[in-house]
Amino acid sequence: MNSFAHHVLIIEDEAPIRRFLKATLQNEGYRVSEASSGQEGLRHAMSQPPDIVLLDLGLPDGDGRDILTRLREWFTAPIVILTARDQEDQKIWALDNGADDYVTKPFSLGELLARMRTALRHANRNVPDAFEIRMGDVVVDFAARLVTKKGEIVHLTPLEYKLFSTMLKHAGKVLTHRYLLREVWGPQDSHENHYLRVFVASLRKKLEDEPSRPRHFLTEQGVGYRLSIESA
Amino acid sequence: MTENRPNPDELLARIKADEAGSRRGSLRIFFGYAAGVGKTFAMLKVAHAVAAEGRDVVVGYVEPHARPETEALVQGLEKIPTKSVTYRNVTIQEFDVDAAIDRKPEILLIDELAHSNAEGSRHRKRWQDVEECLGQGIDVWTTLNVQHIESLNDVVGRITGVFVRETVPDKVFDMADELTLADITPEDLIARLESGKVYVSTQARLALESFFRKSNLSALREMSLRQAARRIRSDVESLRLAADSHVPWATAERLLVCVGPSPTTARVIRTAKRLAAALDADWLAVAVDAAGETTASARSRSVSEHFRLAERLGAETVTLAGAEVAKVILEYARIRNVTKILIGKTRQPLWRKLLFGTVVDEILENADAIDVYVIHGDEPEPKERPDVRSRTPLDIKPYLAVSAAVVFAGAIAMGVRRIEPGPSEANWVMFFLASVAWAAYRYGRGPAVWASVLAVILFDVLFVAPVGTLAISDFRYAFTFAVMLSIGLVISDLTSRLKAQVENTRERERRTSALYEMGKRLSSLYGSVFLVNAAGSKFAELVGGEAAVYLKSAAEPHIAYGMNNVIARHPLSTGTAKWCMDHDQPAGAGTNTLPSAAALFLPLVGSQQTLGAIALSVPDVQKLLEPEQRRFLEACASQLAMALERDGLAIEAAEARVQAETEKVRSTLLSSVSHDIKTPLSAISGAADSLIRNESSDESTRKQLLETISDEAARLHRLLENILQMSRLDAGAIRPNLQWHVLEEIVGSALHRTKRELKDRPVRTNIPADLPLVLVDGLLTEQLFVNLLENAARYAGKGKAVTISAAIDGPALRIVVADEGPGLPKGSEVAIFEKFYRASPLPDSGQGTGLGLAICRAIARTHGGSITARNRVGAGGAEFEIRLPLGKNPPNVRIE
Repeated sequence: MNSFAHHVLIIEDEAPIRRFLKATLQNEGYRVSEASSGQEGLRHAMSQPPDIVLLDLGLPDGDGRDILTRLREWFTAPIVILTARDQEDQKIWALDNGADDYVTKPFSLGELLARMRTALRHANRNVPDAFEIRMGDVVVDFAARLVTKKGEIVHLTPLEYKLFSTMLKHAGKVLTHRYLLREVWGPQDSHENHYLRVFVASLRKKLEDEPSRPRHFLTEQGVGYRLSIESA
Repeated sequence: MTENRPNPDELLARIKADEAGSRRGSLRIFFGYAAGVGKTFAMLKVAHAVAAEGRDVVVGYVEPHARPETEALVQGLEKIPTKSVTYRNVTIQEFDVDAAIDRKPEILLIDELAHSNAEGSRHRKRWQDVEECLGQGIDVWTTLNVQHIESLNDVVGRITGVFVRETVPDKVFDMADELTLADITPEDLIARLESGKVYVSTQARLALESFFRKSNLSALREMSLRQAARRIRSDVESLRLAADSHVPWATAERLLVCVGPSPTTARVIRTAKRLAAALDADWLAVAVDAAGETTASARSRSVSEHFRLAERLGAETVTLAGAEVAKVILEYARIRNVTKILIGKTRQPLWRKLLFGTVVDEILENADAIDVYVIHGDEPEPKERPDVRSRTPLDIKPYLAVSAAVVFAGAIAMGVRRIEPGPSEANWVMFFLASVAWAAYRYGRGPAVWASVLAVILFDVLFVAPVGTLAISDFRYAFTFAVMLSIGLVISDLTSRLKAQVENTRERERRTSALYEMGKRLSSLYGSVFLVNAAGSKFAELVGGEAAVYLKSAAEPHIAYGMNNVIARHPLSTGTAKWCMDHDQPAGAGTNTLPSAAALFLPLVGSQQTLGAIALSVPDVQKLLEPEQRRFLEACASQLAMALERDGLAIEAAEARVQAETEKVRSTLLSSVSHDIKTPLSAISGAADSLIRNESSDESTRKQLLETISDEAARLHRLLENILQMSRLDAGAIRPNLQWHVLEEIVGSALHRTKRELKDRPVRTNIPADLPLVLVDGLLTEQLFVNLLENAARYAGKGKAVTISAAIDGPALRIVVADEGPGLPKGSEVAIFEKFYRASPLPDSGQGTGLGLAICRAIARTHGGSITARNRVGAGGAEFEIRLPLGKNPPNVRIE
């Protein structure tokens, strides 16, 4: 898939995790650099800017959060966070402060690779400003602002359409409640999260085959939503 | 044999003294008969000698106007800075108790034990400061003149003509562990005075001139020597007691002194104290509440003042009730094995003596084996003899009512005579006597006496010829009048006495029932807040004022009742409360400690410790200090203390129980967890070892081993997650983050997460589209469903459907997760929610952690909901019903 080997920097203090990440990623054709501390990671990133960073939020020398903010002062390539469960606040904070995505430890390799691919695709503007996007049997025609499912026109309200198109633009990426509310309702509106939930539920009803077992509009409980357009 | 047996009381006293000795500092008094005999000089001399031995001697206070030799001796000793107390623009230097206690020297020198502190100091008297220092384990040396001893005060006053107001209670003097007599001859003292070696201010010089007469000084000297000698004798005595020598024990003497309102009683009490001290006897001060005086009367107030004097001098005070004073006293004296009774000579008009006799005579007559000492009260009766009746304005109403009653009785008698003119005058007299009896019963003695007189007059006017005049034709009627009047008087006296006693009894009963009521109320309550509130309001009601309760805490006492009343706002209150509970003694208004506080503070003394203090504020604080009332309040306070103590113990017991329970759970958890962790760990390490060793094994075996590693790792992960979550839920560390959620979304998300476990099982959801938003914690609720779904996947067979349905059921949301598996074993419907409970193990589908359902229950409860399990009716399989409270006013979001 990649015409050249992507350079990935792993900033992680646990050696066993670094070891298996390195093995797997090299197998997948990535060029891998490792750093066992935040400071070392920052130095690495400066001397040899990677295409993507895997950052552990729980680093011993200073908070991983600190490294994230300092990296983001100049670094524009995607950053994927490795984090523990039950740290929804940290996840939201990281996403709102420049992280592109996260995986929760212990993570499956398939999941990690998918996240990395999505992040790289978005970073490389590999998502074409297409006129049309397919999501299973749902087709979105941006020019006509028309949504069809199984060939039949689905009527969406303007806000529903705006929410859907925002999610489509970042398909595969997790989007926080705050981000979506700001993008769709505007920065001055301070709606609560349940606004979003009701709208997403409505989209599910209109676009999912089984609204109570969604395949596209996925909930990241406590964090936000992820739109999956791959029909897996 | 009995003679050799030590008196238990004495033994007890000795033990107590030993105990007190181990806790308290010792008191050494440098004792003299007048100013200038060299007490302070002697004290400082000894202090220097002791300091030279390397002991820690500090000067707490020495009179600044000492003579030069003394002044020189103060130099070279460490001094505690005095405290400036400003009162009415005059600044006075006073001994600083707190500084002394902070410094905590081994020996503290405090001059002039009898000194009265400036207004605004903590204690009124310096001896109280000394007491406090002793209580802190500091040895105190001090100086004292003989005329300052309370019980000798009036004797000295009569000898010298100079009365000092600054006195020290005898018990303080008696308590001294060591007495050092500073003595010079009166001639030398006078010489010293004349040569100006004794400092006397010019104003005081004239007043003292008469004091320092040789005759005075000789008498004082004799008295001080006698006191010192007495001390030496009693020291020898106690040494002998300590040595357990088989000397015959003196038969215990017990004195009883009769206390009345007369001012001469004070003398009698002091005499009793001296006699008691000389005989080494206990003594009781007894008053008889004969006519049920209302407690506020001036009469009983002076009695209570006398009582306080007696208490200061070390007596036990008792109030008895009864009409016949002498009889009551003698009965009590016999019960208490009193050997001597002291009573003041009463001044009474001759007619009264002749008519009724005096209490003194009666006691003398009936005392039998008890010695009776009659003390002459030679002090003139003060002009302003406290007599309520003469002071309070005469209330005319009872007299009018009584007059009307007598006239009415006369009218009836007239009426009856008209109808039936037969019987003699004696019958008409009865009507009048009836009205007198009624008057006595209704209004007491005064109006009744008036009624008797009026009845006689009316009888004379209406029935005795010549009718209509006061004159009498037959002299025999004079006899009738006399009898009628005396019967009237006797009736009035008896009836009013009876009434007074009834009132007295009623008052006692009121107290007893109040006490009982408080006890009952407190015993029915739990929790110090409730106890304190109940008791506080009861106290306020009982005293008719305001009450506040202070409880002991690490630093300052904290106010637990009456936060906003007068007491709480007063700046001295907290400090007074602290002193009161630290010293287990009443303090504040009406006492000698911090008297300018807003309220009287009584300690709440429990059986183990002092728990706090109760503050009572009433317009007339003296009322609270009357012994009867005070004892009653102390009884109430002790009930509160006991209740608080009981409550504290109950809490401790409950805590201990919880701790034991926690300990048990923890150990169960540990043993379970270690087993559950070891199993997957050994599978993983075994599989990995096998892979490392046998590189040549075939592809399918390798794959199997690798899958084992992956599966067991996942299981380990799940276990860990569950344990973490359970412990956080148990510890209450998780506060649900309640937000309005779409139930379908949570269920959907849970289904997404359990996709792998559910695999090919069909899932049906039945969630109404119009279900309102629910107020829950999204993560926790999702976890709840995940656990239930995993459970269903584990126990229900492959391909069996799982159904999730929701509906509104009254005030709750009812969600049912049902499977088509084998169902629950009988009787396990409740047990399955316990930690580490597992239904019968299943052979193939991996073991659960035994925590999943326990977590479900904890989550449901965190939301104020519940979860129950049962087997499905009709169909096979189990169903779990979750009930969550519906949030109030769910928001309505419109899509358009």
